[in-house]
Amino acid sequence: MEKFTKLTGIVMPLDRPNVDTDAIIPKQFLKSIKRTGFGPNLFDEWRYLDHGEPGMDNSQRPINPDFVLNQPRYQGAQILLARENFGCGSSREHAPWALLDYGFRVIIAPSFADIFYNNCFKNGILPIVLDAETVDELFREVEANEGYQLTVDLERQTITKPDGTVIPFEIDEFRKHRLLEGLDDIGLTLEHADEIRAYEARRKKAAPWLFVHLSGSV
Amino acid sequence: MTGKTLYDKLWDAHVVRDNGDGTALIYIDRHLVHEVTSPQAFEGLRLAGRKPWRVEANLAVPDHNVPTTDRSRGIADPVSRLQVETLDENCRTFGITEFRMDDIRQGIVHVIGPEEGATLPGMTVVCGDSHTSTHGAFGALAFGIGTSEVEHVLATQCLVQKKSRAMRITVDGPVPEGVTAKDIILAIIGRIGTAGGTGHAIEFAGEAIRALSMEGRMTLCNMAIEAGARAGMVAVDDKTIDYVKGRPFAPQGELWDQAVADWRTLHSDPDAAFDAEVTLDASTLVPQVTWGTSPEMVTGIDGRVPDPAAETDPVKREGMQKALDYMGLEPGTPITAIRPEVVFIGSCTNSRIEDLRAAAAVARGRKVADGIRQALVVPGSGLVKQQAEEEGLDRIFLDAGFEWREPGCSMCLAMNADRLEPGQRCASTSNRNFEGRQGPGGRTHLVSPAMAAAAAVTGHFVDVRTLE
Repeated sequence: MEKFTKLTGIVMPLDRPNVDTDAIIPKQFLKSIKRTGFGPNLFDEWRYLDHGEPGMDNSQRPINPDFVLNQPRYQGAQILLARENFGCGSSREHAPWALLDYGFRVIIAPSFADIFYNNCFKNGILPIVLDAETVDELFREVEANEGYQLTVDLERQTITKPDGTVIPFEIDEFRKHRLLEGLDDIGLTLEHADEIRAYEARRKKAAPWLFVHLSGSV
Repeated sequence: MTGKTLYDKLWDAHVVRDNGDGTALIYIDRHLVHEVTSPQAFEGLRLAGRKPWRVEANLAVPDHNVPTTDRSRGIADPVSRLQVETLDENCRTFGITEFRMDDIRQGIVHVIGPEEGATLPGMTVVCGDSHTSTHGAFGALAFGIGTSEVEHVLATQCLVQKKSRAMRITVDGPVPEGVTAKDIILAIIGRIGTAGGTGHAIEFAGEAIRALSMEGRMTLCNMAIEAGARAGMVAVDDKTIDYVKGRPFAPQGELWDQAVADWRTLHSDPDAAFDAEVTLDASTLVPQVTWGTSPEMVTGIDGRVPDPAAETDPVKREGMQKALDYMGLEPGTPITAIRPEVVFIGSCTNSRIEDLRAAAAVARGRKVADGIRQALVVPGSGLVKQQAEEEGLDRIFLDAGFEWREPGCSMCLAMNADRLEPGQRCASTSNRNFEGRQGPGGRTHLVSPAMAAAAAVTGHFVDVRTLE
């Protein structure tokens, strides 16, 4: 996983609550068996005027000029400013894959859905929760100032505005550590393989019915 | 010292190690796998040269992409076909038990787990699917995970988790006739909102919940995620144990007795403390219908489409207006004046035998109304389909003009060929009314199976209790 340390980037505002993962990446693109290539279909139904299917040449599709992602001033944005309950719905990790593939590394919102929030950290995306008032203020500033950028420093847990104002943010220590180091979660867990085996041995004695073998068609 | 919640008990029994940083390594008893969220996880295993930690803890089934029509010629869409074939191939390579598309036991992953007894009380159950909360109906800790975590479970049989806060939603009072588990959970979401349970594991309790069948409890827990909670759960009682008994993968003989003794402890202690409590009176509930593009946008069948102008919060007001524009609805419209063109009875929320019986009871002796262009019934599994046919439910549906399909996720998320056309309005027993969920431009109204059938035979939403 790619590390996240510090980033200065253009901010794109997405001014609607309850943006669900179906909207972030519609279901027809979930048929891919890869982790990459979802960026051109991020927010597909809002972003294009036609209906998208896998395999289409997205550069030839009619774009919706009203959708924020298509506005020239937000091209190259790496920070997404969103509203409450961002990422609700389906557990599809294709949602953070699509955001990352497009180029977003930071998402700021008053709240996130649990599974999406968790999935972000597995992919080097930093989701930041700020209070609704601060998010409101950021929306106003981003919309008023073309080329508006923020600097996000994970080590210091700060967001710095163009005028130098610093907004602190909270993050669980373990998530911060893993993101800063770009750690492989599975590798870390397997360092405790002996403890997993010991747990299994204990559990097998206490609740042997949990270890009944599933025999099936294979 | 205060007692433990059901969630505390389930959590404590699965801690492999406390990481000392606010997280714990949690052991996973059952991992359910489907074709959409697993290919990248298997690929990850392969690239790292890893093998499944405990292969027999996994059960796989294709459900999202499978056709619900004649399957003898396979899957027409090559992209869908490749995804299902990839699952078959991965299960073969790694030795994972899979119910393939032509197996009578194939079905929606959250229907077949309980049906097979692969889901048991006291287990931790995970799946790369948010509706894994369904399995909490058995007094299990069950939650959806992303693909990175699917790979993590495959490789280690564990997950690194931060414990959630505990919320109890107590639903008191007798449930009025004609009000179902679906109506209860929609009313709960209407009350607490789609983020109301975020960061929490929800235990559903109270007289109304105790009175629900296991199917009803599955419907309830299924939509805990629609209230923002990764996990929903109900304490074990006689109904739980009766449902599990005799299932193919359930313990037998002496092991059964031992298991039941353990399962009897799976309830919150009387003095357990919850971080949040919500209470609801079921006795005043009426059947629910959603009007918007989020499950919290819901009202009773006796209600009207609300007016955004009356909403004081500007973000909410704009959200409501966008929803009404998308749904093609005017404020003040009575819910009973809304006319769907499509009816979908199915999904991991409402495709079990009890759901089909409830819909068939309404369809019996009636005809699908003229304005309805398609009425689909999609059983949750091959075994549910078989049982329904033994009970003659298929004949009732077919005689009324419904289509009787093969099992799968189908039009709940339209990854297969079953989908709405742009602008089409659907009465659906599924779980999400998001924009485009059932097909691009499709308009979804979430209802119970009986209410969906009532809409099918009258051509508009109607209180099922008023049908003769």
